[in-house]
Amino acid sequence: MASIWRYILAGLGLAALLVGIVAAVYLTLPQSAPGPDLSRSKKTANGLFLASFEPERGAVRQGELQSWLLTLKTAAGAPVEGAAITVSGGMPQHDHGLPTSPQATDYLGEGRYRIDGVKFTMSGWWQLHFGISAAAGSDSVVFNVVL
Amino acid sequence: MRHIVGIAGLLALAALALVGGCGEPQFSDAEKKIIASLALNTLPSLKPDTTNRYADVPAAAALGSTLFFDVGMSRDGTLSCSTCHKIDRQFQDDLPQAVGVGHTNRRTMPLAGVARNPWFFWDGRRDSLWAQALTPLENPLEQAGNRAAFAHYIKKRFGERYERIFGPLPDLSTVPANAGPLGTDVEKAAWNAMPSGQQEDVNRVFANIGKAIAAFERSIEPEQTRFDRFAIDLATGAKPEGDAAFSPEEIVGLKLFIGKANCVTCHNGSRFTDNSFHNTGVPPIDGLPPDRGRVDGVAQVEADPFNCFGKFRDGDESACRELRFMVKDGPQIVRAYKTPSLRGAASRPPYMHAGQFATLDEVVAHYSKAPIAVEGVSEVHPLDLSDRERAALVAFLKTLSD
Repeated sequence: MASIWRYILAGLGLAALLVGIVAAVYLTLPQSAPGPDLSRSKKTANGLFLASFEPERGAVRQGELQSWLLTLKTAAGAPVEGAAITVSGGMPQHDHGLPTSPQATDYLGEGRYRIDGVKFTMSGWWQLHFGISAAAGSDSVVFNVVL
Repeated sequence: MRHIVGIAGLLALAALALVGGCGEPQFSDAEKKIIASLALNTLPSLKPDTTNRYADVPAAAALGSTLFFDVGMSRDGTLSCSTCHKIDRQFQDDLPQAVGVGHTNRRTMPLAGVARNPWFFWDGRRDSLWAQALTPLENPLEQAGNRAAFAHYIKKRFGERYERIFGPLPDLSTVPANAGPLGTDVEKAAWNAMPSGQQEDVNRVFANIGKAIAAFERSIEPEQTRFDRFAIDLATGAKPEGDAAFSPEEIVGLKLFIGKANCVTCHNGSRFTDNSFHNTGVPPIDGLPPDRGRVDGVAQVEADPFNCFGKFRDGDESACRELRFMVKDGPQIVRAYKTPSLRGAASRPPYMHAGQFATLDEVVAHYSKAPIAVEGVSEVHPLDLSDRERAALVAFLKTLSD
C-alpha cells in the first residue's frame, strides 16, 4: 500500500516538474514581436481629437472598394464639424502606398465622416494616416489594419 | 535490452512514416485557409455591369460574338479581336508582343474571367470591358479602323440586329466614309469637320459596338483545374484521389507559393490576382518604344471619352468608384503593370507584359533574383530559392493549367 502512495507522490512530483519546465520555457521565450496597435479608437497625435475608424458596413473584405467611417470628437467629447481630412497610407513592410486614393466624401453628422475608396488588395499590415484640420486646430492620427 | 531499444526505434520510425511519409499533405490551419481562398469554388458570381445596360442581354452577347470573330472589323478586312484573342488558345496568341496591322509593344492578355477586372490592359488604361473592346479597333497597330467606318459597316452589315438591341441607328448619310479622332491625318481632319452632334451619333454607335463585344466576353470564365480539385478535397477533409492528388514536389511548390516565396501576396484570391499594379523589376525590351506602365495608363484612362465619367456610360456615377479613387501619381505607379491571373499560365508562354520571359523557369528565376528596376522601384526582394525550390514552384504552377 505504501508503495502505491510512493508512486502517486512520484507521479505528482514529475508532473509538477514538467509544469515548472514548461512555465520556465514559456517565460524565457523571446516575446513575439508586439503587433501594431489595432485599436479602432484613439487620441490623435497631439491629443486634439478622439478619432474612431471602422468599416461602414461590417467586416473588412480583401480586394473590395469599401467605405469606412472616421468619427471625430474633441477632447471634451463634442463632435467635430467641418473638418478638412486628408488620407494617405500604405504597407510599412512592403514599402508601398495604398492601391487607391481614399477620400473623405461625405459628412454624415455627429462628427462622422465617410472615407470612401478604401481597398486592401493583399493580406498583411496596412496603415492609414489621417491629417485633420478643424476649428480646434490641426492634428493627425494613424490607424493600423491587419488582414 | 538492446532488442527493446531496437524495437522501440522501429516503432518510432513506423509512427513517423504514418504521420508524415504516406503522401498525406501536412498543412497548417493558416495554410489551409489561404489554399481555400484560392480555389475556384470561392469565385463569386459575376456582378452586373451597370455602366453597360446590355451586358446581360443575350442578343447583345450574340452580336458581340459575331463582331469578335468578324475580320470586317478592321481597316483592311483581315483582322478581328480573335486574331490575337484566339478561342482555342485561352483567347491569347502565344506571341511575345501582339501583331495586328503593325507590331505592338505588349503581350496579348488571355480573357478568362476578364469581366471581373476593374482595369483593362497591362497598364489599366481602360476602366470597363466595353471601353477596352473599342481600343484595339482604332489602334493603328491593331485593327487600325476608324469609328466612322465602323458605324457605316455596322449599318450595312448588321443594321437590323443592331437596331433590335440598341434602337434606331442615326442618319449616317452625311458622315464621311473614314473619320476618327485617332486615325490618319486625313481621318482626323474629316472627324474635326463633322458637327459635334454627328460626332456624338457616331460615338454612340461605336460605344454600343464595345458594349455588345463586352456582353459576349462576360461568358468567358476560368475553368476548374487540378489545383481546384485538390483544394476542395483539402477543405472538405477528403483524400485527394486520381489527378487531384498532388505529388510531393507540387505540395512543396504550393507551400512556397503561399509561404516563403510570397507569390500569394499579389497573386491572391480565386483568380490569383489582386487586380492591382506593381513594379516587379521586369526589364524592358530593346527596340520597343519606352514603356512606363501604369503611370501612362492613368493619364490615358482619364482622357478616354468612353471612361466611366463619360457620357456613354449607362447607369449612375456610383459605378465609377475605381476611377474616382484611383492612384494618379507617385513613384509606385512607374513601370507598374497589372498582376496577371496565373490560371492557365503554364500553357501560355511567353510571360510578362512584353513577353520578356520564355518559360516559367525564367519567371521564377526572375522573382528569386529580384533585379533592380530600370525605372521606379521594384516591390520584390530577393528570395534566393534553390534549384529544387524553383522547380517545385513551377510544378505547382502547372497544376493551375491541367
